[in-house]
Amino acid sequence: MNNSTLNLIIGLAMGLNLLALGSSRLPSLIRTVAVQGMALGVMPLLMETHFNWMVALVAFGTVAGKGFVIPHLLRRAMRTANIDREVEPFLGFVPSLLLGAGGTIAAVALARALPLLPEHAGSLLVSGAVASVLTGFILLIGRAKAISQVCGYLILENGIYLFGLLLIRATPLLVEAGILLDLTVGIFVIGIIVDRIQRAFDSLDTRKLTVLRE
Amino acid sequence: MNPFLLIVVPLAGAALAAAWPDNRTRPWLLPAVGVIHTVISFWLLVVPPPVVPGAWLAFDPLARAVLPAVSLLFLLCAVYGVPYLAVRAERPNRVFVASLLAVLGLLSAGHQARHLGVLWIATEAVTLAAVPLLHFNGTARAFEATWKYLLVGGTGIALSLLGSFCLGYASLHGGGEGDLTFAALSAQGAGLSRPWVLAAWVLLLVGYGTKMGLAPMHTWKPDAYGEAPGIVGAILAGGVTTVAFTAILRVRAVVSAAGAGATADRTLLVIGLFSMVVAALFLLGTRDFKRMLAYSSVEHMGILSIGAALGGVGALAALFHIWGNSLTKGALFLSAGNIRRSAGGHTMDEVRGMSALTPWSAGMFVTGMFVVTALPPFGPFFSELGVVRAAFAAGKWGAAAIFLGCLVFAFFGLTRVVFGVVDGRPRPAARTTARRFPETVGVILPPLILLGLSLWLGVATPAVLREAWAGAVAQLFPNP
Repeated sequence: MNNSTLNLIIGLAMGLNLLALGSSRLPSLIRTVAVQGMALGVMPLLMETHFNWMVALVAFGTVAGKGFVIPHLLRRAMRTANIDREVEPFLGFVPSLLLGAGGTIAAVALARALPLLPEHAGSLLVSGAVASVLTGFILLIGRAKAISQVCGYLILENGIYLFGLLLIRATPLLVEAGILLDLTVGIFVIGIIVDRIQRAFDSLDTRKLTVLRE
Repeated sequence: MNPFLLIVVPLAGAALAAAWPDNRTRPWLLPAVGVIHTVISFWLLVVPPPVVPGAWLAFDPLARAVLPAVSLLFLLCAVYGVPYLAVRAERPNRVFVASLLAVLGLLSAGHQARHLGVLWIATEAVTLAAVPLLHFNGTARAFEATWKYLLVGGTGIALSLLGSFCLGYASLHGGGEGDLTFAALSAQGAGLSRPWVLAAWVLLLVGYGTKMGLAPMHTWKPDAYGEAPGIVGAILAGGVTTVAFTAILRVRAVVSAAGAGATADRTLLVIGLFSMVVAALFLLGTRDFKRMLAYSSVEHMGILSIGAALGGVGALAALFHIWGNSLTKGALFLSAGNIRRSAGGHTMDEVRGMSALTPWSAGMFVTGMFVVTALPPFGPFFSELGVVRAAFAAGKWGAAAIFLGCLVFAFFGLTRVVFGVVDGRPRPAARTTARRFPETVGVILPPLILLGLSLWLGVATPAVLREAWAGAVAQLFPNP
């Protein structure tokens, strides 16, 4: 395993987190998430010293799903909804960036406090995972547009995937089960598209989803 | 009898429903599968099969204690489903019937899962399979409810995967070799890395707690239960929540084996009491009688969580309460569905005087309301009494006081809404909708039988059930 290359990719993913928090245009947000997903998708290949069919298949599936299929669906949803900008987020872009940066620092500190196996010492896997989960939460809570929320969910999922890499040798099945989360995302996006076809809402703003409240 | 049939038969039924060409006869698959499922699960209840120690899926004592309740609830909902879908003949029911059967199969898998990963996969799959059920009415409000369900539920399920990873890493760090069955994890005991176990407990409690609908992760529940058809609400409240609860029980047993049982019990107690307080407050405010049922469900999930926090005696009461709650909630949701259909509305402002238009459903709704608020001699009275006694025995006087206080407030809230809907003179508009959707025997009998079962559970709890609950407690609390 090549630790420094892995850390480089995780560092890139953490940088992409901040980029996602700062972007107001939906196409660039979708692109950021797609690049992050692809970068993480190739990681299992780098972690294996020997070529392994199963791992290669999972890596290929992840790259195809996170890098192409879901972004494509998201762009289609964006077109059918005719929006390309997060205009009035619940949480502004600068505060979310600050929160995200603070969260990243806290994630690194937290990762130091948790005991790791010798082969994972010095790796950024845990910090990267926690930082991405936090970023995902900020986007889920702080953005009003459904598509931005789905992107937040994807980043949250990427964080969980990163954490799963710690376990990929011991229990590959559990880690591969994470693919089901992608299916959830797929249903989210298809839901948006179907709903647009049904024309139930005009702006795809979750702010409008407030008929049901107490 | 092979317990895998409990999973395979409904899934095969779902595939058959998806391929079945005729919209009118397709709903009959529901009771057909329901009967087979109930027969198998009660057979296994009476004659428990041996459990292979390392098995990933098995009809173990915990599954034996809970799964037959789900079966029974599903069967009666399925019987109700035939006349219900006949009334809703204008909507295609292919996806609805197939999803409902798939949910049953996946619930059976979740209850029998003895492996951390399999449990997660089953729960995730149930979450996804339930989406088309919530969206059945096809209205904008139903879409909104489905969106919230997916967003909140999806996040919860993601966190429970993260928690499962943490528990897996705790085992790996303690020298485990990647065997993630609950038995193997418990056997590792104090060898599990403690910081990782605690992280896993928090994440899994939040994750599965979201699925269960514990406050403050309950926000999807009122919308989903309010907008989905009554039959779906009944299965979500009585079936899907129980699988999340047994997941928490299984994880708690591992955490306790790792030596952090006291911490786990404290968090369960606090989150349970908080759920009850939140539910009681919202029950005092809501005007919608289907959302009211959702808050009542949050309250009862709180009761389960409190029971689980009080050691073996409390857990026994909680398992008893699963039965009482599932059967009674089923009756309430089905009768509320009848009232909602005949009245053409779902708030106290739109609906009143339903005792004149739908006397049977109104009567069952009132009775069911008294049953969930612990009227003796129905089942929930005895199980809630069991929880209170466990709290007294454990010396948790404060918790018992809050518990009883919340029950009183919940009673005020429930009676306010229920009598508001049932009493008075019906609105003229409701008279026409009630003529269009009259009460028929088909929609009256299932909730009536559910109430009868709840009564039977209270006055004559079968010995085999008591034995099954005790067996599950022995599995979960090996050294009391």
